[in-house]
Amino acid sequence: MITPQIAVFLVLAAVIVAGALSLILQRHPIHSALSLVVVMVALAGLYLLQGAEFVAAVQVIVYAGAIMVVFVFVIMLLNAGEEERANVSRWARFVGVPLGAVFLVEVAYWIGRATAHLDPAPAEAVSTRDLSTLLFREYVFPFELTSFLILIALLGALVLARREESN
Amino acid sequence: MVPTSYFLVLSAVLFGLGVIAFIFKRNILTVFMSIELMLNAVNLAFVTFSRSLGQLQGQVFVFFVIVVAAAEAAVGLAIIILIHRNRRTLDVENVDSLKD
Repeated sequence: MITPQIAVFLVLAAVIVAGALSLILQRHPIHSALSLVVVMVALAGLYLLQGAEFVAAVQVIVYAGAIMVVFVFVIMLLNAGEEERANVSRWARFVGVPLGAVFLVEVAYWIGRATAHLDPAPAEAVSTRDLSTLLFREYVFPFELTSFLILIALLGALVLARREESN
Repeated sequence: MVPTSYFLVLSAVLFGLGVIAFIFKRNILTVFMSIELMLNAVNLAFVTFSRSLGQLQGQVFVFFVIVVAAAEAAVGLAIIILIHRNRRTLDVENVDSLKD
């Protein structure tokens, strides 16, 4: 029984997996970065499907927007070219890749089986107000800590990327 | 409604693809992107459990993960710029001075 929600999920999941595969298979970093943007926007669609509107908005604005812009900026700044073809050994190609694929399928299968009994909670709209109340009441101390973390990360990035005066 | 297990299976597959990209890619920027891919898979699992258990804490943790990812991207890309400036390469195979 395919409801409209499941159909939307399947389409978005196909886009996500295709984007992730494209990230692996593309040789040029800029193509990989654009594939990652596709994955992130499709993930935002999945968050919307689960009623997490604010997380979806943050995903698009911060992840697909800010972080990926920084990535693309650095790729262009460093003039990153095509990646050389890795000379994978025959063992890795004929044993490692199939084993990895089997492992991936098996993990996905068992996670699916082990969590099959979890029913989705009745779809109650999670309001952004509830979320922000929780964030600024119970989690206000971790929240302030993260702002401190961002500040320190910015300072660290500045110090690292600054050009030495002596050179 | 979409069953919870669908989302979790997708999250596992996405994380696995991130690990594969992390191991196979040789450009240091793409390796960094695969870390972001894995973080996104974890975020999906957080939101899924948040809905499945009817608790909002999962979404709060997603914010923290996104903030940490932003900080990590800032510092990590600065380090990549530094590596490029010092070694003129972006290939992880050529950054091996700890091997010697």
